[in-house]
Formats: sequence, C-alpha cells, structure tokens
Amino acid sequence: MFLINCPYCGERDQQEFKAGGEAHIERPKQPTELSDDEWAEYLFMRKNIKGVQFERWNHAHGCRKWFNMVRDTSNDEIKAIYKMGEKPPAQ
Amino acid sequence: MIKNLRVKSSEYIDETNRISFKFNGKTYHGFKGDTLASALLANNVHLVGRSFKYHRPRGIMTSGSEEPNAIVQVNPGTNRTEPNVRATEVEIYEGLEASSQNCWPSVEFDIGGINNFLSPFFPAGFYYKTFMWPASFWEKYEFFIRHSAGLGKSPTSSDPDIYDHRNIHYDVLVVGAGISGILAAKNAAKNNFKTLLVDEKNELGGSTIFENNEFNKIDNKTPSEWLKKEIEEIKNIKNLEIKTRTSVAAYHQYNYLLARENLTDHLEAKDKTNKIRQRLLKIRAKKVILATGALERPLIFNNNDRPGIMLSSAVKKYSEFYGVACGSKNVFFTNNDSAYESALSLYNKGINVEAIIDIREQSESKIVKKVKAAGIKIYWSHSIVDTAGYKRLNSVSIMKLSNDGTSVTGSKISISCDCLGVAGGWTPAVHLYTQSGSKLKFDEEKQIFLPNQNTSEQISVGSCGGDFKIDEIIKNLNHKLKDTLNIKETDLDNINVEIDQENSKRNIWLLPSDKPLGKTKPFVDYQNDATAKDIKLALREGFRSIEHVKRYTTTGMGTDQGKLGNMHALGIIADTAGVKMGELGTTTFRPPYTPLTFGTIVGRNVGKFFDIFRRTPMNDWHVENKAEFENVGQWKRAWYYPINGETMHQAVQRESKAARESAGILDASTLGKIDIQGSDASEFLNRVYTNAWSKLAIGKCRYGLMLNEDGMVYDDGVTTRLGENHYIMTTTTGGAANVLGKLEDYLQTEWPELDVYLTSVTDHYATASLCGPNSKKILKKIIPNLDLSDESFPHMSYKEAKIGNIQCRIMRISFTGEHSYEINVQASYGIDLWEKCMEAGKEFNITPYGTETMHLLRAEKGFIIVGQDTDGTMTPIDLQMDWIVSKKKYDFIGKRSLYRSDTMREDRKQLVGLLTEDPNVILEEGAQIVSELNQSPVEMLGHVTSSYFSPNLNKSIALAVVRGGKDMMGKQLFVPMENKNINVTVANPVFYDEKNERLNA
Ligand SMILES: [Zn+2]
Repeated sequence: MFLINCPYCGERDQQEFKAGGEAHIERPKQPTELSDDEWAEYLFMRKNIKGVQFERWNHAHGCRKWFNMVRDTSNDEIKAIYKMGEKPPAQ
Repeated sequence: MIKNLRVKSSEYIDETNRISFKFNGKTYHGFKGDTLASALLANNVHLVGRSFKYHRPRGIMTSGSEEPNAIVQVNPGTNRTEPNVRATEVEIYEGLEASSQNCWPSVEFDIGGINNFLSPFFPAGFYYKTFMWPASFWEKYEFFIRHSAGLGKSPTSSDPDIYDHRNIHYDVLVVGAGISGILAAKNAAKNNFKTLLVDEKNELGGSTIFENNEFNKIDNKTPSEWLKKEIEEIKNIKNLEIKTRTSVAAYHQYNYLLARENLTDHLEAKDKTNKIRQRLLKIRAKKVILATGALERPLIFNNNDRPGIMLSSAVKKYSEFYGVACGSKNVFFTNNDSAYESALSLYNKGINVEAIIDIREQSESKIVKKVKAAGIKIYWSHSIVDTAGYKRLNSVSIMKLSNDGTSVTGSKISISCDCLGVAGGWTPAVHLYTQSGSKLKFDEEKQIFLPNQNTSEQISVGSCGGDFKIDEIIKNLNHKLKDTLNIKETDLDNINVEIDQENSKRNIWLLPSDKPLGKTKPFVDYQNDATAKDIKLALREGFRSIEHVKRYTTTGMGTDQGKLGNMHALGIIADTAGVKMGELGTTTFRPPYTPLTFGTIVGRNVGKFFDIFRRTPMNDWHVENKAEFENVGQWKRAWYYPINGETMHQAVQRESKAARESAGILDASTLGKIDIQGSDASEFLNRVYTNAWSKLAIGKCRYGLMLNEDGMVYDDGVTTRLGENHYIMTTTTGGAANVLGKLEDYLQTEWPELDVYLTSVTDHYATASLCGPNSKKILKKIIPNLDLSDESFPHMSYKEAKIGNIQCRIMRISFTGEHSYEINVQASYGIDLWEKCMEAGKEFNITPYGTETMHLLRAEKGFIIVGQDTDGTMTPIDLQMDWIVSKKKYDFIGKRSLYRSDTMREDRKQLVGLLTEDPNVILEEGAQIVSELNQSPVEMLGHVTSSYFSPNLNKSIALAVVRGGKDMMGKQLFVPMENKNINVTVANPVFYDEKNERLNA
C-alpha cells in the first residue's frame, strides 16, 4: 500500500485511489481528421515501463480529483505528484 | 511413570500456579509461564508429530516461531480449533487441549510411517513425476494424496471469536524487543518520537534476558541483570507503547506493516468469551527499526531429525528460561562457540552434559576453556555420521572429519544420549527486511545474508543486522540510532561493555557420512521432508534457478517457510553447482512471517458485514410481500413476487401479463441518477452521448447511448432536461458509479473548459415505475389536478407535481413499451409513494413486478440491457441502433472508432431476434448458435443473450448476437444442445407492438 500525497487532500492510503493509466495522452481535438493508424495510436498504444512512468491517478474515495504521478514501477517510489494541466517536472 | 525434568525454578515460571492440560488425550501438568513445548519437555515428551511425506517421528526442535516440527492442532473438535500451531508459541492454560497432526491413528503408531521405509520411491519431484500421467488417473491420485497428507483439520462450525482491525500511526516502529529493540525504542521515545515496540513473545528481552554468561558484562552486571533494569525503565516512558504477543506478519512498501496482536489465546475458555481474540494492526511508521534477531542454524547430517535433536540455543532457553532439562544425557554438536554457552548453562544447573562434538579443529576462547575445565569431553574435528532411536534419540555415531570437510575417516565412536543440541551458527532474521523490498548482500566471511540497500526509512539493528557480540551490537546500534533519528546523544554513549566472545566458525553446509549420500537422510527442510540428496537430484536433473529447485523439492514450502534450512539449501546448491552464494540470490520471503488466522485477516467483515449491500427505500414492502431478491451490483432488487407457491416462471408470466393488460409497478430506485448543471451542460451531453442534445426542450426526456472511446456501447439511459442548464441523467443500475467516474474524468482532464457540475443523486430519490394501460388512471387518482392528456404530458416528457405535500418529478417514459410513468420522490417518501400507488391501483389489480418481469417485457420490445445483450464488443451499429448515432455531430466519445476498418466489418456479431421452431421451447441464455449441423468443427456464429417465454405473444422469444446476423432475416439456424438440436429462425428483435402504439394507449 503506497501513501499518496493527493494535491488537494494530502497524504492518504493507496486504497482511496484508483490508477488511471498513462498520463499526458491528450484526446485528439479533431478525431475525424485522423487515419485509422493515428487514431489507434491514441486509443490503444500505452507504455508499460519498468522504471520511471508518468501516470494518472484519481482520488476516487476522497475528493475525486484526477492528478498526475511520476512513479518508478520497479520499486513503487513516487517521485512527483502534480495537478492535471501542469507540466511534468524535469527529470 | 513420567519423569519430571523440571530442574530448577525460573522467575518466568510460576510454580505456585499448576496447570493441567491434555496432549493427545493424556493429561499433563505444567506451570503458568510454560509453553506447550516447555511443559511437554518437562514431562519428557519429545515425540509430538510426524513429518509430512515420510511420516517420520519428529520432536520439538526450537523454542520459537521458527519451529518446523512441533506443529499441533489446538483444541481439536471444538469450534475454536486451530491447525498448524507451533507448540513453542502456545502458552498453556487450564483446560488446553492439543493433538499431533499428520498421523493416523496416533503419533505413536502411524500407518503413514511406512512411507519412511518406502522413501527410495519418493525422490524429489515425486509428485510431479508420478501423478501427472495418465491424466485420467488424477482423481485417484488426488484421493491418495489428500488422505496421506493433510496438515491439520479446520473447524467444522463457525468461529465464536471476535476479530478486529485497527489503523495506527507512529513516528518509530521497533520490531523485536530483545536488547537492541529495547534500547532503540527507549532512545527513540526519549527523544520525543512517538514509538511502538512490538514482540511476538509474551515477555520482553529476547535471548539476552537469560544471558548469564559470566564472561560478558554490561556496566559490571550480567547482560540479563542489566537488561531487566532497562525493561523496568521503558515501561514508564511517555511516547512509548509496548505490545507483546504481537507478531509482525508483513512489511510492505512505504513502511506499511501488518501485525497480529494476540489478545486471548493464552486465556482459559471462560475468559475468552466476548473479547477480541486477535487484532490486525495496520501500522504506518515514519521510521522502522528492525530488531528481529537471528535464528540459530541446525547442521545437516545423516538422520538429523530424530525427536531429541534440537537447536543448541533452544536447549539453553528451556534450561535457563523455563527451568527444563531437555534430556538427562545431553550432547552438543557444533561449528562455533554457541554450543559451549549452552553446555555451560546446563552444567551450571547440574544437568548432565556428555560431550561436545565440534567440527572445528580447535578453539581457545575462555568459554571453551571453561567447558574443558568442567570436565566435559570435547571431540575436535569430529562429525556426526548417524543417529539412532526411532521415537527418541538414543545415540549418535561420530567419526573424524577430513581436513577439507568432505569425508570422514577413522573408527566410529558411538555416544549414548537422549538430547542433542545442534549449533550451526546464526542466520539474521531478514524476512521482514526483504518483504519491504530492500535488498540483501551475501557476506562471504560470515556466510550470512545482510541488509544492504534499504527502500524505505528503516534500519536493521542487533543480530538481524549482522552484529552478534554485545559490544558490537551496542556500538553499531548507537551509531545507527543517531543517524536515523538525527540525534546527537543517546544513553548508549556511556555504557561500558566487557565481553569475551569469539566468532570463530567452520561452515560446512552438508556434513559427510561414512555412507554414500544416497543411503543417508540429511534433512534440510524438516516440515516437508526435503533432504540434501533431493536438492542434489534436482540439480542433476537440470534445475538451476533457486526458485525452481525450491518448488521441485518443496524446500521451504511448508507452513514454516523453511526458516531453519533455507540457508543450507542455498549452500548445498552453491557448493554443488560451483557458484558463490552471493551469485545465487535467495528465495523470496513472503508474508505472513508466521501463519495468520482467517479471522484476523477478515476482521469485522464477516456475516452480514462481509460485503456492502444497498436496499431501496421500498425494501421493507418487498420483504413483507414475500418478494424473492436478486443481487444487482451491490443492490438487493426485488426479482419476482411469488403468490400461493408459484414458481419463478409462473410468477413472471402472471406479472408480465398483468403489466400489459392492466397495470404493473416496479421499484426502479436503483437506477443511477446524476444531476448535471452548468452553462455547458447541453454541450457536455452532446459530447458524451451518440445523439444530439442541444435541441432538447426543457421538460423533455431523451434516451441516450454512451460509448467508450473504442466505439463499444458502455451504458444507456434516459436524460431529462429540467431547466436551461440543468439535466438529470439516469444510468444502468450496475453502471452508475463507473459512468459518473468516466464523466468526471473527461470533465477534469480533457474538457476542463466546460462549465459543468456533476452530482450523484442515486440515493436521494426513490423511483416507482407505473406501467400498463391503466397507469394513467392510477396516476390521476393520486394527483387529480395534474393534466395527463397526451397534449400536455406526452410520451418522453416530464412534469413537477405534488402528491399531497410530497414534491415529485414524473417522467412519462417507458422501458416496457406500455404507457408508463416514472415517479421520483425524495428517498424518505419512497414507501409512501409506493403504498399510495398500490392503494390507488387496487381496483385495477395493480401488480408489483420484479426485475425478471422487467427483463421479459423489455425483451418483447427488443430493448437491450447493457451488460446482458452487450459485452463490451458491441457498437450501436452492431445492435442495429444506427438511428441513435448522430451523423451531424462533429465529435462524441467513441465516434471516430465507429469508422475504423474493424468496426465497419459487415460480418461482426449483430443483435437479432430468434424464434424457435417449436414456440414452447425456450432457449438457454448463453447457448451457442451454428448454421451447420453435420460439420465438425463448426463455426460458432454467436450466442443467445436473452431468452424468455412471452405470455403476451404466447411463444418463446430470444435476443442473440450472430455473426452477420443483420442480413440473415428469416434464415434458419441451429442451437445445438447436449441432447438435441433446436431449430431457430432469425427475426426482427422487436417482437411486440413494433409501431409503439401502446405507448400512447
Ligand atoms: Zn484528494
């Protein structure tokens, strides 16, 4: 169980949160303009890194806010947490 | 006559408090303070169990939680019985009963013991090799295995005890209350850290508390005396909480630890009732100090498992702490000085020590000299090559060990003895350390794994950190404490330690015998009967990874996780394969450190608290009216209302007819309801539903289909426009939480510019759905002043009204195809609303119906149920619902995916109706559909998703998904069943009132 520092509520137990997959994948503004391949790239392709990964998390049993997390998947160390819309910290 | 081996009173044993208990049906006596193991040993009982595979007689080996052999069933035959309990951890109390496990008919005469003599036929991997073929024999093998195996019995009635969970937070958690743990906790607490000190035993002090070795002094006192003073002191420190009988089971990342606090296991039955038996502590600590100590290693030699063969440190503890002599003729077998401390301890109490067999060539430490001076015979450079005594050790045979330690020479000497203390050195208890994800390093000099790379704020102190001498322990503890707690001084700065301890050791993982390995039984894992030769066989057969060897030989796979023998297994593998221990790595130590009861794991979540369930405000009425219930997600929904002993089929047929012929009423309160407000609410709905919403007038309702971004149907429901910027959305019962989550996700992450606010109001409203040709008349009776004309209140529209003083929202919408109204009131008025409808409907024979009838009625109309007729692979086009997909809208969730080449395939599975040739045959939901009968293999075209007998059409109807089904209208297909093939015809999925005339009837 991690301790996650919700940017709105503070440190809470992991069981209050829901993981939401890879971060910084923006929904295309004009999906109809995209080829099948381009759309598939957005829709299906996700990284699964052993190491530092950028993820979305939701404080589902708390404030229900989404935020971003930088996590090392090899040891679950949380390196940074920042709000939606904010730039990822420099690595 | 049982010989009493209680030799000397001990301050930890209350001899004024005599306790009687039963073991294997026989009554014995012990004293308050005894464990089951110490009390049995005091009664000269060593034989306590049988091993798992060979059923060899086994005795008590240790004095702690690492015990592999003395595994007992506590209170057998009662609802408090517990299997696989270590006799070394059971505190005796008046009336305690325990019995041996894994033996039949008794531990003295065990039929399975024959396996011991058959052991050449039980090599490593025996189960894998023998029982895998032929597969059809598996049932017979399973019978055999289950009857000859079986570690203990589970209780057959429910557990009478209460269990608890508690979340606790500390600055510092100290695990283990030996000398290091006590000193660490004391200094942390004194420096204002909120500290918790836990220990699995009922007494503080670890092994130092009975350390009376005259050569070691702390501040001029024996370690034991000195530590007792410290213990008195820490009991009164503010900031320090101490929990005994508390065993840390798991150490997870982020310093999250689970511990089991044992509260009543040591009490008599009458004192156990109405108390919490065990509590699972969920501990968050900013810093963790592991002071878990070290486990003594046995030595691996031929027949090293007989009752009477024990760890040297255990022999010492039984003598010093419990005042029990484990034997009357004691021998020690060692590779280091520890056995000499044990021997001296026995000698000082007047217990006979016959000899010490030491594989080292020499040692000149003070303690060795003292033992020599006491006249105890020492055999240097000797090893035990065999032992004798079936149910109790009676002698050991020793021979001279070669210089390289791989063979024995000379003549064999036999030494008569009834207890052998074995000392193979010490293994730091790093189990919790590695559970935390931290990494070990092998120390080639000390031949131990030591903490190396910490993943959280933690330190390992004392012997679990590799310090075995008191001076080293205190020096390194002091330094580590200052570092981790960031403090300048501790009260360890001025402790004066004098010691004379030597760490000389000769490490040989597998000791030779005069017989070849194949003819010997050097046990490495006692509980699972894995021997050194099994491990070597596994290597010969090509296993290389330590994890594979472990599973193949079952080494370390018992309830003790091989705490004693794992290091030897690694050593033997390394030696045999010619690699270094450090390169081999270790097996994974998994939680729990010692077994947990199911009660502790589930805590209060038992019985009606096992799972959360939700009931509607009308629930009591359904119960009173004998409804059967079904689970829908967490909801308990009325399924059908049988009367006069009706079957489900009969009830549903009656309810369905009544709803179409006169009036029916359904509790629809479980539908998800989301209140949507904001100036961009209409635009938001445009983006999340497939159809257009901007032009929906205030007071109107519209059905919407929601897709996933992959184009597949996700949810559906009716949304009503309550005001310019105000909508109420309904979702499926099971999908409510996920839909809200999905909508919030898009709002927060993709469209933060939209001014929209979402509120879940599912529980705030109770909903009664009134349907049938007489529904209008019933509603008129309830709300006489409401204009229900089609002009004023047409289908798909909404009105606010009042039933008496109760404010309500009424939607004229229909899931059955009948003229119907959904009436929503504040949840607390739900039951009033329901009763008013029933009262007003009496003259129309209003019939309450449940979810089954609802499903049947909507199937007659060909309305889908998301999750039943769809499974996450159906697009609206697949469902033949093209009409709801807006062609004009630029974008909505999932739109682009509807134009992917794969989603546009003509041969996708599509929703169709199915009619059976014989109208009385009802298809099974899930049944497979084919187009050919005389072909094998045959392509499965699809499956039946919904199937009912329609009382209103007087024939069976079904919905199905069929590959290319859209173009198969009228085609004959087959549903092959076990005994017959059913002929079906593809039909329009709308079976009833295709023109929707009844909506306005
Ligand atoms: Zn939060």
